[in-house]
Amino acid sequence: MSDPEKNDPPINRQITPQSAANTPSSPAMTPVRFRGGGFAPAPVRGVGILVFVLLIGGAEWGTRAGFITALTLPRPSDVFATLVELYRSGLLAEHMIPSLTRLIVGSLMGISIGVSVGVLIGLSSWFRAGLVPLVAALFPIPKIALLPLFVIWFGIDEGSKYALIAFGTFTPTVVATYGAVDNVDRTWVRMAQSFDHRWWSIVRGVILPAALPGILSGLRISLAIGIILLVAAEMLGAEYGIGAYILEAGSLYDLERLFAGVVILSALGVTVSFAIGLIERRVLRWRS
Amino acid sequence: MDLRLDGIHHSYGSTEVLSGISLDIPAGQIVCLVGPSGCGKSTLLRFVGGLEQPTGGAVLQVGTPPAGCLNPLTYVFQDFALLPWRSVRGNIAFALAPHRLPRAEEEAIITDVLARTKLSDFADALPKQISGGMKQRVAIARALAVRPAVMLMDEPLSALDSQTRELLMDDLVTLWTRAPFTAVYVTHNLSEAVRLGHKIVVLSRRPGKIREVVDIDTPLSERRHGDPALEAAEARLWGLMRDEAAAADAELLHV
Repeated sequence: MSDPEKNDPPINRQITPQSAANTPSSPAMTPVRFRGGGFAPAPVRGVGILVFVLLIGGAEWGTRAGFITALTLPRPSDVFATLVELYRSGLLAEHMIPSLTRLIVGSLMGISIGVSVGVLIGLSSWFRAGLVPLVAALFPIPKIALLPLFVIWFGIDEGSKYALIAFGTFTPTVVATYGAVDNVDRTWVRMAQSFDHRWWSIVRGVILPAALPGILSGLRISLAIGIILLVAAEMLGAEYGIGAYILEAGSLYDLERLFAGVVILSALGVTVSFAIGLIERRVLRWRS
Repeated sequence: MDLRLDGIHHSYGSTEVLSGISLDIPAGQIVCLVGPSGCGKSTLLRFVGGLEQPTGGAVLQVGTPPAGCLNPLTYVFQDFALLPWRSVRGNIAFALAPHRLPRAEEEAIITDVLARTKLSDFADALPKQISGGMKQRVAIARALAVRPAVMLMDEPLSALDSQTRELLMDDLVTLWTRAPFTAVYVTHNLSEAVRLGHKIVVLSRRPGKIREVVDIDTPLSERRHGDPALEAAEARLWGLMRDEAAAADAELLHV
C-alpha cells in the first residue's frame, strides 16, 4: 500500500516571477504535474501475518478481559491447547490421514478428467458444441445436494466421497482449462504444424505447456472447492476425518474442538494454495 | 527442387483476395514478394507451405527435395514463434523432434546451426532473456536445422528495429553466400527486397495479382548501401506500388 499523501502531486507550486527575479521578463515556470503511477500493487512482506496476529490477539484479549463471553467465541489459547492435545493423543493423524487420502484421490480424479475434457472442448468443434452447455448446466449445481445420490450409486464408503470431490473439482477445472486452451497463441500451433508435428504431439508440446498458467490458477479454485466438499462428505457417514470431527464437536457445542477443526481446514487451504504457488514459480519460470 | 505456383486464386466468402497467381520459384534463388498491405502476400506464403488451402489452383513441387532434407518447406515467422518455455536449444530440438533422429545426430545438427547463426553462447537461454534480433536468429537456426529445400520467410525482419534489421540482412547474405538456399521472402520493405531478392514479385492490391517481376542481377554479396543500381530498382518498385499503396490505405474494409 502506498501513502496517498506522498503520491499526491504538488498541484500549484508555481515558481513566481519573484523567485526568478533576476530576469524580470522571464515567464512563470511551473514544474510539470506528476499524474502517472499507481495501479500496480507490489508485494508487502509480513502484512498478511500481521492481520492474523491482530485478529487472534484481539480475540485472546477480548475473551481474557471478559469482553467476549466463552459462549460467543472460544479463547484462542484454548483452541491451541486442544490442537496440541489432539496431536499428542494421535487422534490428529487418525483424522488427517483419511481426509487427505479422500482429498488427494478425489481431486486427482476430478482434475485429470477435467483437464482432458477441457482440452477436448478447447480443440474440437464437436466436443465444444456438445459439452459446453452440459458443463454450464452442471457447474451451478450444489454438489453437496447430490451426496445422497452418490451414496446410492457408489456406496456409503469411500466411493461416494471420492465421487463427490471428483465431481466438484471437475467442473471448475474444465472451465479453466478450455479458457486457457482458447487463449493459446495459434501461431505456435501453425509453427508446430509447419515442422510436421502431429496432433497429439502439438497437444503435448504446445497446447498443454501454454495453457498451464491458466490451468494452475483454475486449480486454486478447484482445490478449495475440493476441501469444502471433503468436509461435507465426511459429515455424512464417516467415522474419522476432519469433517466427522467438526460435526461431532458441533453437535456437542464444544466450541474449542469445533474451532480446532476449522483451524486445521484453514491450514489445509493455505498449504494447498502455497503448494500451487511453489509449483507455479517452478514450472512457469519462462513467463516474463 | 523448384516450386511452381499454378493459377492460384483465393476468396474469403465473396471477397476475392488473390487472383490468377502463376509463378516459378527456381532453386537457389531468393524470390521476394512485395505489395501493399492486405494484398494477400502472407496468405500466398501460407499456401506455398501447405498451411492453408487456396480456393483454386495448386502449388507444385518440381523434382524431389535434395537428399538429407528433413522438412522441405520450412517457415520463418514474423513474430518468431519461439516456444517461451523452451531454451534456444530446446526450440531447435522441437523442430527436429518429429524426425526421431539419433541423439548424437540431433546434437550435432543443433551445434552446427547454433554456430552458423552465432548463437553458440546462448544455447541455454530462454527466449525472454534474449533480444528481438537474437530471437529471429534462433528462428532462422531452427529453420536451417531441418535442412529445408525452400525457406518460406514471412516478413522475418518486420518486428525488429532498423539497426537490427541491417545486421540480420548481413547475416542472411552471409548464410546465402556460404550455402545458397531457396527462399520465398514476403516483405513490405522495398530496401529489404532489393537487398536480398534475386527476383522481386510485385503484387497489386486486393484482389492480389502479379503486377510485375523485377530481376536484380547484382550478386547478393556485392550489394551495398547506396548502390545506384539498387536505388534505381527501389525507386522503380516504389513507382509501381505508390498508387496501389495509397488506394489500399484509403480502402474501407467490409468485414
